[in-house]
Amino acid sequence: MRQGPFSGLLIWAVLSAAIAVPLIAAGFSPQLQWRDPVYIVAGFAGILGMALMLVQPLLAGQYLPGLTPLRARRVHRLIGASLIVAVVVHVAALWITSPPDVVDALLFVSPTPFSVWGVLAMWAIFASGVIAVYRHRFGLRLWRLAHTALVVVIVAGTIVHALLIDGTMETVSKIALSVLVAAATIRTIARLRPWARFRR
Amino acid sequence: MTPPMTPPMTPPMLTRRHMLAGAAAATGIAGLISPAGAQTLAPTPTMRGGANNYLPGAAIVERIGGGGFWMTGTVLRAGDGAPLAGRRIQIWAHTTEGHERDPESHGATLTDANGLFRLEMPQIVPAFGQAHGHLACDDAGFETVFLRPLLASASDTSLDVSFVLKPA
Repeated sequence: MRQGPFSGLLIWAVLSAAIAVPLIAAGFSPQLQWRDPVYIVAGFAGILGMALMLVQPLLAGQYLPGLTPLRARRVHRLIGASLIVAVVVHVAALWITSPPDVVDALLFVSPTPFSVWGVLAMWAIFASGVIAVYRHRFGLRLWRLAHTALVVVIVAGTIVHALLIDGTMETVSKIALSVLVAAATIRTIARLRPWARFRR
Repeated sequence: MTPPMTPPMTPPMLTRRHMLAGAAAATGIAGLISPAGAQTLAPTPTMRGGANNYLPGAAIVERIGGGGFWMTGTVLRAGDGAPLAGRRIQIWAHTTEGHERDPESHGATLTDANGLFRLEMPQIVPAFGQAHGHLACDDAGFETVFLRPLLASASDTSLDVSFVLKPA
């Protein structure tokens, strides 16, 4: 892909806005005034995690200008680790806010329809981190297939989780982020074709 | 989820609330009637998560906090649908004034001679993804029921909830 310096700048500007706008919009949520700081942190950890999910496929698919493939891969790993931290903070802070609600969610007996999607995405993110650490023990194709399968669960689970929640995220920015994350993920999977066999 | 509605009754004094309860019953009663007997009112089952952040023995109060939101409802006996007077209903929620687990977010009230209760509390706001309230009826003589009804809209300023209690 040939790109001038300005198109590169534009891509980074759009990406930054796609991440910043949902966070800023959530900062204006009326619900914040009725929440303790710990509960507020829980919500924003979730939003940040979802926003970071937009960067991951763009790094994996080499869509971001100015990054060498090696650099992009390192940043992808770093953000992957950050995602795990964001999920842990999200769940831990929710646990502090209301322990029985989180226990219900983790045991899949919550009355809220969105919990199961969030918990599925959480386990898929953790599993993704584990297999990433041990990826050299897998064959390349198996690693790519497994990681992609988990990513599908992570992205789909997170989007459904977020869309069903009446929380601090502003509706339009939430839908927009969901569409962007889904589109970036689908496009990257279609481009990288993890099911394809490598010719040596 | 909408809690089971009350059956039609002939109240001694026809108030707006009675009219609403009657109208709701006309549309919502089908699920309560067991096939065995048309006069049998099924008990209200405890809802998932209903007991979360429950603090036993919440005090009977005039209202919870500053008020502004009305939690109302009916308490009936399973089977014959007789109104139950003097039943203690405990209510708590995440409101504009505090979290569910805060003791000051909890309060209780008693049903009147017609089995009706109403308690003013601060405005319920969405928490853990849904605007919802919690109600408990754990009086002796009847099986304990915990409810977790949802507000149809987060801007609603009242919620009507019915209990049908099964004698223990």
